[in-house]
Amino acid sequence: MSTQTATFINVGERTNVTGSAKFKKLILAGDYNAALDVARQQVEAGAQIIDINMDEGLLDAELAMETFLKLVAAEPDIARVPIMIDSSKWSVIETGIKCVAGKAIVNSISLKEGEAAFLEHARKVRRYGAAMVVMAFDETGQADTRARKVEICARAYDVLTTKAHVAPEDIIFDPNIFAVATGIEEHNNYAVDFIEACRDIKARCPHVKISGGVSNISFSFRGNEPVRRAMHSVFLYHAIQAGMDMGIVNAGQLDVYDEIPAELRERVEDVILNRRADATERLLEIAEKYRDSGAQAEAVTEEWRSWPVDRRLSHALVKGIDAHIVEDTEEARQHFARPIEVIEGPLMAGMNVVGDLFGAGKMFLPQVVKSARVMKRSVAHLIPFIEAEKAAGAQAKGRVVMATVKGDVHDIGKNIVGVVLQCNNFEVIDLGVMVPFQDILKAAVDHKADIVGLSGLITPSLDEMTTVAEEMERAGLTMPLMIGGATTSKVHTALKIAPHYSGPTIHVLDASRAVGVASALTSDTQRDAFASQTATEYEEIRRKRAGATESELLPLEAARANGVAIDWAGYTPPVPSFLGTRVFNDYPLDKLVERIDWTPFFRSWELAGTYPAILTDPVVGESASQLFADAQKMLAQIVSEKWLTAKAVIGLWPAARDGDDVVLYTDDTRTQELSRAHFLRQQIAKRDGRPNFCLADFVAPQGDYLGGFAVTAGHGIEAHLARFKAAHDDYSDILLKALADRLAEALAETLHEEVRTRHWGYAADEALSNEDIIREKYRGIRPAPGYPACPDHSEKVELFRLLDASRNAGIQLTESFAMVPTAAVSGFYFAHPQAQYFGVARIGRDQVEDYARRRGVSMEQAEKWLRPNLGY
Amino acid sequence: MSTTRAQKAALFRRLAHDRILVKDGPYGTAIQKLKLGEADFRGGRDFAHDQKGNNDLLNLTQPEAIAGICRAYLEAGADVLATNTFNSNAISLADYGVEDMVREVNVAAARLTRRMADAYDTPDKPRFVVGALGPTNKTLSVSPDVNNPGHREVSFDFVRDVYKAQIEGLLEGGVDFILVETVFDTLNAKAALVAVDELAEARGEDIPVMVSMTLTDLSGRNLSGQTVEAFWNSVRHARPLTVGLNCSFGATELRPYVTTLAKTVDTLLCIYPNAGLPNEMGEYAELPEMTARLIHDWAEQGLINVIGGCCGTTPAHIAAIARAVAGLKPRAIPVIEPKLRLSGLEAFAA
Repeated sequence: MSTQTATFINVGERTNVTGSAKFKKLILAGDYNAALDVARQQVEAGAQIIDINMDEGLLDAELAMETFLKLVAAEPDIARVPIMIDSSKWSVIETGIKCVAGKAIVNSISLKEGEAAFLEHARKVRRYGAAMVVMAFDETGQADTRARKVEICARAYDVLTTKAHVAPEDIIFDPNIFAVATGIEEHNNYAVDFIEACRDIKARCPHVKISGGVSNISFSFRGNEPVRRAMHSVFLYHAIQAGMDMGIVNAGQLDVYDEIPAELRERVEDVILNRRADATERLLEIAEKYRDSGAQAEAVTEEWRSWPVDRRLSHALVKGIDAHIVEDTEEARQHFARPIEVIEGPLMAGMNVVGDLFGAGKMFLPQVVKSARVMKRSVAHLIPFIEAEKAAGAQAKGRVVMATVKGDVHDIGKNIVGVVLQCNNFEVIDLGVMVPFQDILKAAVDHKADIVGLSGLITPSLDEMTTVAEEMERAGLTMPLMIGGATTSKVHTALKIAPHYSGPTIHVLDASRAVGVASALTSDTQRDAFASQTATEYEEIRRKRAGATESELLPLEAARANGVAIDWAGYTPPVPSFLGTRVFNDYPLDKLVERIDWTPFFRSWELAGTYPAILTDPVVGESASQLFADAQKMLAQIVSEKWLTAKAVIGLWPAARDGDDVVLYTDDTRTQELSRAHFLRQQIAKRDGRPNFCLADFVAPQGDYLGGFAVTAGHGIEAHLARFKAAHDDYSDILLKALADRLAEALAETLHEEVRTRHWGYAADEALSNEDIIREKYRGIRPAPGYPACPDHSEKVELFRLLDASRNAGIQLTESFAMVPTAAVSGFYFAHPQAQYFGVARIGRDQVEDYARRRGVSMEQAEKWLRPNLGY
Repeated sequence: MSTTRAQKAALFRRLAHDRILVKDGPYGTAIQKLKLGEADFRGGRDFAHDQKGNNDLLNLTQPEAIAGICRAYLEAGADVLATNTFNSNAISLADYGVEDMVREVNVAAARLTRRMADAYDTPDKPRFVVGALGPTNKTLSVSPDVNNPGHREVSFDFVRDVYKAQIEGLLEGGVDFILVETVFDTLNAKAALVAVDELAEARGEDIPVMVSMTLTDLSGRNLSGQTVEAFWNSVRHARPLTVGLNCSFGATELRPYVTTLAKTVDTLLCIYPNAGLPNEMGEYAELPEMTARLIHDWAEQGLINVIGGCCGTTPAHIAAIARAVAGLKPRAIPVIEPKLRLSGLEAFAA
């Protein structure tokens, strides 16, 4: 039911007679049932779109396409995903498109036969309601160089969007992947041409996608699958970073980039990136050696390896060592009568030790997550045997359905809670991120969940959680609801969520409390007492709130009159070195490492303390040190192997304050308004002559400037997260996400320094230590929309438009204004020396009405955006 | 027509920006109450087959009865009046042996409804006439033969041409927009949308279109298996004036899907539910006040732009709904980020 989102889109290619000998044989033999199985297997294996091609000389391609598509429509487990209708013949495409109820992709059309034919086809594709792959092919031929690829795509883009009214997001360019290492010198740069063209096309043609047939690249190594796999992986690794979105790829023909032997990877990379003249010869030299290569790597034998198998399993779990877990699990399986006994016996024994140590505060979250990784791998090995036996699974303590709610993409916290619950013998059904309430309700019912857990990080998610609670009530569900995530609180849960749901509704502060709460909620003896005790506590919170004399709010006009008084007459606004935006396409990661603020990193792992003191803390020091060492190791890999790409865009604009708005101008003539930033003012009555702050106060009524920025360090993370997920490695998954977040923050901090000293240049002689920078002892601030000084997340939309952040930094906003990639920071720059951070806190109806008017939206809309701040 | 259909659509959008617009209720329920016999259906004309039950024929044979139903909905406060042409296509009319009357029935229905709407049309409360296209009783995505899942009774081009003939009659009779309703098979709806687009191109005019899906079970999918989000991705290219849901179930059961669409679609949302679920006698028993209360709840939450009634609702329901939404703010159309949005049975975005 939910919309599936993806970063690299995996298009299944087996249902293609030109690429799969097996499929071709089945179609030629008219065995459509077996052909449907091929399609089904692809969808089950994770293909998000299936490509169907019937271009074969011996076939009536139109008839075969129609027959197959009509049969696919009768198979819900295949028809679930979109179809790509693939043919070089227009008549086959038009036949196919009339058989598909969903929105399909046509693959492909091009300018090969001139603009008139191209337009006619494009208009029809639009009329039938499909997206289209456009080949970089024109009247003079197929584009091979970077310049030709970009030229043809740009021309096609302009023709499609202006003359055929095709929505740009419905265009997918295929800029042609050609074979490299063919021995022909002109071919050597083909991969580089493609990769560079991806970057150019993405910049030139907003909202389009880029696709390609990956296996072409390795054509000259036919028969040597290991080398081909390595070439595909290395090529994709670079092309995806350059903006390639989808590809016709056989997942079995890919290696994990990091796991390609170093020697092979380097030589393949030389070929793909055309780094040296003799790259092809050097790859040929070693290619034979890898033709039938298997795994290598011998481990050193340690003492514990000589122990009996159940002790070894327990030891591996407690220590979080996964090097031998599969072989040990297999050995244990052969010892026991039934595979389930391995889980119930040594594995549970080991996890109980882990649970006890964690409960007693002797083990900390990072270690627990590592233990869970070992457990998961072991269980993954056993599952097929258990299923083969058709035995019931281990009797779990309870079943928890968890989700990050719709509109939100943050899941570090949720994943931690999931792991901890699993360690404690709960069965966890994790629905992922951006989950709409229907899916949560459906999963809760289908899986007979004992508990539903909701998570979210950004403030709009609070509203969505209320929606889920309302819908659960409406659906008549009664199981307990657990609420967690950075912006959630006991008070919010008591006031805004619990009243909408009659089942127990409980806020969970952190992962370590999750087990206690979940255990109580699933215990026959404790459940009722715990639920009623919580209900009483929340009722008390609501009663207190209702009766509480909250500090009074000033009328908006009075608050404005008590704004920050700045002597503008005696202030000359510093003039930036440039106006408009500046893009940082690939900010060097190594420059960010020293800027990392480690304290929040430890906090995300629930280790309390300040860095660096935390490393020697008597309680958590050992755990923190181990985590820090792992983090450093991964960080070194992130930098040296370039797992992540940091991108940023900053902007500086002429600005002037207008009430609580800041007006931005197109240029320094200040004649034409470019945009407006809308800020909010504190309305709580202040004592001692303290002002009622508003960010607009820090901008001069004329002749001033305002800056903005959006940065991310999250590009490229998906491939690695997918790798960790496949390896059941939650520890590395969480570690990488936490590090990416830190790098994004470090990038924001570093760029702010560059802005102060160079781009805006008002503090050219600033000389602060790293620590002082982390402690923000500089002039000027960089508040972020959605945070206390400007709490409305929706202001990001305009900020992103001004910065063209989706194009310039590759950051998108979800419907709740969360940033994707999640490792991202955005905000405004204020330069005035008196500019400071503050919290807007509660505001009155008069200000919300004023804000709605300023934003040009309805009162309901404004209230929705500002809900956490409504003081009435 | 003095104003073009594009201008009518612009007026519609402008009004819908300020208030929730009300659509009429069904013809079927109202006609049933007239308890007409075979002779009434024939209206003195000669037919080879029995015509009792051929409700759309009444546009020709009992025009005053149909006009009376229009009048009742106009009096109830409906801004939007659909034509009584749900089955006026060659496929459905063939059941009564009158497939050659497509043009005649549609022109008559459109003229009749136009005349009634114009009589009530004022600058303060303009009335709109929409030409209704039903789904036909043949499906392009599902085989009628369980042993031969690849079989289809009709082809895409045939269904498209059937719709074209009907739309031409409706346009000639003066409808403002075309309403593709009760979509149980998205491919049938796509054939209708292609017909509209081809006619628009041939005639050199915009033909605004409204699209309304129907859910066949409580899992929230239509007969061809699509979720509401997948359906939207399938029809969005037609840039419909409104999209939404009709029939299916009552307002209670429809609500989750309305909520989803309200957040998903960047055009006006038009919903016309049944009067609850049928009781054990197969009757829709939800009282006007009850339907209106449920709709009021939607409106308060800013979920809807255009609201009406389907099976079981009566002019009394429409009047109660009109009162319930009066003065309430219409749904604000959300800004949806441009993304590649595809669908199979489920939606996909990247």
